[in-house]
Amino acid sequence: MDRNRLHNQVASMRRSLFDQLEELQDDTNPNFVQEVVTLFYNDSTRLIQNIEQALNSRPIDFCKLDDYMHQFKGSSSSIGAKKVTNECTAFREYCNAENAEGCIRSFQQVKQEHAILKRKLEVYLQTVRQASQTA
Amino acid sequence: MGMAIDRDDTQFHVLAVDDSLIDRKLIERLLKTSSFQVTAVDSGSKALEFLGLNNNDADDDEEDEQRDSNTESVSSDEDQDHQDLGLGVNLIITDYCMPGMTGYDLLKKIKKSSSFKDIPVVIMSSENIPSRINRCLEDGAEEFFLKPVQLSDVNKLRPHLMKGRSKDIDSSHKTTSTRLITSGN
Repeated sequence: MDRNRLHNQVASMRRSLFDQLEELQDDTNPNFVQEVVTLFYNDSTRLIQNIEQALNSRPIDFCKLDDYMHQFKGSSSSIGAKKVTNECTAFREYCNAENAEGCIRSFQQVKQEHAILKRKLEVYLQTVRQASQTA
Repeated sequence: MGMAIDRDDTQFHVLAVDDSLIDRKLIERLLKTSSFQVTAVDSGSKALEFLGLNNNDADDDEEDEQRDSNTESVSSDEDQDHQDLGLGVNLIITDYCMPGMTGYDLLKKIKKSSSFKDIPVVIMSSENIPSRINRCLEDGAEEFFLKPVQLSDVNKLRPHLMKGRSKDIDSSHKTTSTRLITSGN
């Protein structure tokens, strides 16, 4: 594949996905966005699993749930994932009200948005890899 | 000739405290992009450790001050030791919500310390809670940033650092003679 086209593709994906992070990447730190994305990808996957487990246990530990969700929401917000962050806000309201059903329902939304985001991140990381191979 | 300030005068050193790895990476990058030197730690207790303050020291400062008023040169030596250990930290930026010691707890400990109470402290939080923000500002925080922190926020730090730097220069003139005798550099 044409090297320039790949590089341009990566750059424009980066801009549309993470316009804030884009500001922080430069020649001295060319892998910054990739590193953060990878970190987030792994971290958020782990937290989703923790939340799932916590929701499946009886009785539900709402304190722990809130703690996990606080971390998850924090990282999502930090990388600029607005849709995921919004679903997290809704979840935390149910959590504060100790509304188990509401949490479970809301979590489906969180998972859905997170899955969509993960897909975008996977494509981004793949494209970065391809671009570096043709460099 | 080992004069008062042997650090690079133009670079400020920021100590960043956040339990989230992603946020630590981000704040570090934001600060470095703005030409700050950065040390990032993941807890309040690690921050105190880095400064050379144990949890005990922060509370014992009142006793130290009483003892030191009798021997002036000793007190400036101890201050210098603490500051050397803290490797010239010019500003502390900390997350509010951390397990164990919160950013607010850390702020209080720093403000109670005779060696570090003049270091500007900035607090960050992902939650916009006015009472929390007011409490931090009232108890000595210079600024309160809502996450995600932007480059424009980081640009607000410089005036606080410049203020601190000119204070450093003033106090270094006063203690220069003591340093020349004891530094031996």
